[in-house]
Amino acid sequence: MISERDVLHIAELADIGITREELDEFTGQFNDILDYFDILDQVEAGAGAETGLYNVFRDDEVVPSLPPDEILGNAGETEDDFFRAPRVM
Amino acid sequence: MGIFAFSAPDPCNAFITRIPEAEYGDGKLAGVSIAVKDNISTKGIQTTCGSKILEGYVPPYDAHVVELLRAEGAAILGKTNMDEFGMGTTTENSAYGPTLNPADRERVPGGSSGGSAAAVASGMVRMALGTDTGGSIRCPAAFCGIVGMKPTYGRVSRYGLVAYANSLEQIGPMAANVPDISLLMGVLTCHDPRDSTSIIAPYTHTPDPDIHGLKVGVPEEYFGKGVDPRVASTVWEGISLLERLGAEIITCRMPSMDYALAAYYVTCMSEASSNLARFDGVRYGPPADPKKQWHESFQERRRDGFGKEVRRRVMLGTFALSSGYYGKYYAKAQSARRNVAADFSRLFSEVDVLAGPTMPTIAFRLGEKSDPLSMYLSDILTVPANLAGVPAISVPCGKVDGMPVGLQIMGRWCADERVIDVAYAFEEGVSA
Amino acid sequence: MSSVSGSPAFQAVEGDEEVIIGLEVHCQLDTKTKLFCGCSTDYRDDGPNTHVCPICLGLPGSLPAVNRKAVEFALKVAKALNCRVLEESEFSRKNYFYPDLNKGFQISQYDKPLAVEGWLRIEGDDGEKTVRITRVHMEEDPGRLVHKGGADRPKYTLVDYNRAGIPLIEMVTEPDIRSPKEARRFLNKLRATLEYLGVFDSEKEGSLRVDANISIQPRGWFEAHGKGMEGRGRTEVKNISSYKGVEKALTFEITRQKNLIRRGQRLETATRHFVETRGVTTASRSKEMEQDYRYFPEPDLVPLRVSDWCERIVLPELPDARQNRFMDEYGCSYNHARTLTGDLRVAEFYEKVAAVDPRIAATWVADTLLGELNYRDMNIAKVSPSHFIELLQMLKEDVITDKSAVEVLRVILDQLAEGCQCEAPSSCVARLNLAKTADDGLDAVIEEVMREHPQAVEDFHNGRKEALNFLVGQVMRKTRGRVDPGDVNRRLREILPPGGT
Repeated sequence: MISERDVLHIAELADIGITREELDEFTGQFNDILDYFDILDQVEAGAGAETGLYNVFRDDEVVPSLPPDEILGNAGETEDDFFRAPRVM
Repeated sequence: MGIFAFSAPDPCNAFITRIPEAEYGDGKLAGVSIAVKDNISTKGIQTTCGSKILEGYVPPYDAHVVELLRAEGAAILGKTNMDEFGMGTTTENSAYGPTLNPADRERVPGGSSGGSAAAVASGMVRMALGTDTGGSIRCPAAFCGIVGMKPTYGRVSRYGLVAYANSLEQIGPMAANVPDISLLMGVLTCHDPRDSTSIIAPYTHTPDPDIHGLKVGVPEEYFGKGVDPRVASTVWEGISLLERLGAEIITCRMPSMDYALAAYYVTCMSEASSNLARFDGVRYGPPADPKKQWHESFQERRRDGFGKEVRRRVMLGTFALSSGYYGKYYAKAQSARRNVAADFSRLFSEVDVLAGPTMPTIAFRLGEKSDPLSMYLSDILTVPANLAGVPAISVPCGKVDGMPVGLQIMGRWCADERVIDVAYAFEEGVSA
Repeated sequence: MSSVSGSPAFQAVEGDEEVIIGLEVHCQLDTKTKLFCGCSTDYRDDGPNTHVCPICLGLPGSLPAVNRKAVEFALKVAKALNCRVLEESEFSRKNYFYPDLNKGFQISQYDKPLAVEGWLRIEGDDGEKTVRITRVHMEEDPGRLVHKGGADRPKYTLVDYNRAGIPLIEMVTEPDIRSPKEARRFLNKLRATLEYLGVFDSEKEGSLRVDANISIQPRGWFEAHGKGMEGRGRTEVKNISSYKGVEKALTFEITRQKNLIRRGQRLETATRHFVETRGVTTASRSKEMEQDYRYFPEPDLVPLRVSDWCERIVLPELPDARQNRFMDEYGCSYNHARTLTGDLRVAEFYEKVAAVDPRIAATWVADTLLGELNYRDMNIAKVSPSHFIELLQMLKEDVITDKSAVEVLRVILDQLAEGCQCEAPSSCVARLNLAKTADDGLDAVIEEVMREHPQAVEDFHNGRKEALNFLVGQVMRKTRGRVDPGDVNRRLREILPPGGT
């Protein structure tokens, strides 16, 4: 059983905000969905699927970078050609 | 060379962004009107993935497939509506409103490529690009009565496809008929060194409707619990048509279907939880609140920018990858996936293609599927092909209650040509 | 003044305790382009966000593609560190939210790293020792953050993604290091090895970053319990970005931990940050310890199977081999050979000048030149080998004395340090009139000195030996060092009237 506290913990881990009403709604839904996922318990643990591909490489050759206006053009906040982000501390 | 004036009305809300005057050039698709799903990067054209969090984002680059379309002269008329980031089966989960089914506007067009399907089905465009992570091309193709194909994983470059679940999804063609699907496949399947999972297998095929001696496997599970009996009988009729056209029908079993859907959802949610972490508002998209602390503003931004279904999947995916649960969920899902692939290999040693319904039901009424789990369950018949990376197509196969039903044909890895042949034979057989 | 400062730098823990250190070293691989895209890695002289593309900016829909050269470089490192390259390795996503990450995750390697179980020989505190290497893996460098609005109360963050995607190689050691000095020596040896391989440029700012795990345990505890046991709690010191910083940070941390132990306080296992400017470590938020990175295989990349490739790689001569060759081929002493091969540029410089006379060259490069360079914080790359050859030639042919040669060297280095064109050693000798005085000239000077200092001559005559030294000194002063003190000494003994006792 997943409790509301668990859901809050997952939201914190996922760095995602949820509202009070959603907490209640998500808790019930998560329980249904995770119960359904329990069917995977019957699968024997082992290696995962393979694509058959390996060692796909690119040569070490310089490709032109984007022009400056295209780099910063979609950013909401910039300063002196830097992107601006909220403080981390 | 020319300009395609695009002024057709859009009563079903198929488009998020329209190009009123689309330039086109010479080539295999000269002047062909094409719509592109809004999770495919288009240089200079807003690309939102149906999400508020990407509102106003104008990519500085074209996806590989868009480069190919332009190079072959296509007229790209706009970007189609979709479930946010591809997470849905109805195209109701869009920040830009739901798309309606052209066959019945009270019903959903299916999803997540619902906008592309509706645009083709309503005649607004001749072809469209969709993306298929767990059925997102085939489901709306079935619900709207058109043809939709998920190519073999790796045949079409994902470079420029905004990732939802990288290991499962492919870009694919959607059109009114199989020859158009084949034409578009010829353009899209071009090896791209920028996508490390891209394989070298260009499609140069012309559809051949002769299916004499073809062995068609029909897994019992595709007609099991949850499949509407009316849909089941309609699809069986379609399969009998294949038999009349010379194919041999062999019923078979696919035991991994028991847990394929769970494996699919654990995988796509896990990958999504990581893929969607980049939308922090620093480099693109509406900016985060600069007065708040990083985590606080990030959480707020994701709460306001993502719809509920996206947050549900991101949270569940985070959980499935978290310490202590990885083994129970993610690792098990990968083992399950191997079993699904093994089931396909075994079956394809006995038959040439597998056939069954695309969807267990006809298109839902708008708002009908409010419970997430019941919505997920409707993907049960489409996800196996994604888990195994094999090609699968949906072709129109009659109607139930006036609503289209899709016949799904799945083929061996990299045998997209064979799948298209069978679909073509069926299409020709139906119209004959 | 606290009791700590003033006491000599901490080297070893006395009594029955020992210091246990393990290092995680990140080095930027010196490829032309980034790890997953074609953007140039040569960004240091350019403005922020000038070397970025959809991939290293993490734009929606972009995909990574692995740089073959980066893998080759990493394999060279793995081989040089005597590692076992895994049959199959893969990239994984390390998920965490921070603005220096362009995608909300870092592409790294986790449970299938490139290589494991290697070792590197270093000179330990008690002779040669082996430091075991746990693993070697590749990952992408994050972007660079600038915190604005004051260090204590930042208002916002500026982000530059030029560095994002630069290939890094991470090398993790077993906790085999027993002192800050050994840690420094390990790093020096590692740096030399990587530079010999041609995969790393230590001169580039920020090209090296080190995290150090350190704890103080009762002697023998570690051998008995080993890795994975908590024992007394350990600290992970992050953010060390220079070779000297490692020794400083660890020394500080040992003192701090010892003080805690002495006061009977419990040492919590924790992460601390090294503040280079202040030479101290500070506590980080506890949240970092709880990080759950939710690693999973990167679905956009395919596995690596490169163990065969690694076997085919032929490594260049590495520091140990070159040290042995210097001893055999040039007759260098062990110490000179070690010093000369400890830095690729020094070794190459030595080989360019050794032809004049390997032994003179060894002494003059290893002892004199490196000392003078170190004093000026200068790089040997600035010194012209042909100038140095000229200087060695003059020494060998006895044109100048050792003392004059040092003077010429200093003049030249000072000129270089000021960014000037330096003069050729021969013209410097001529300008300063440093050529050795001929012997006949020497006698004249000696006679002059004896005339000026009759008392000293008298003293020597009376058996006072130090008087001779005084007279030698006076002769040296008059000739401004152009004569050999040994010659002066010999000649004075011949000229002076014999001593009494």
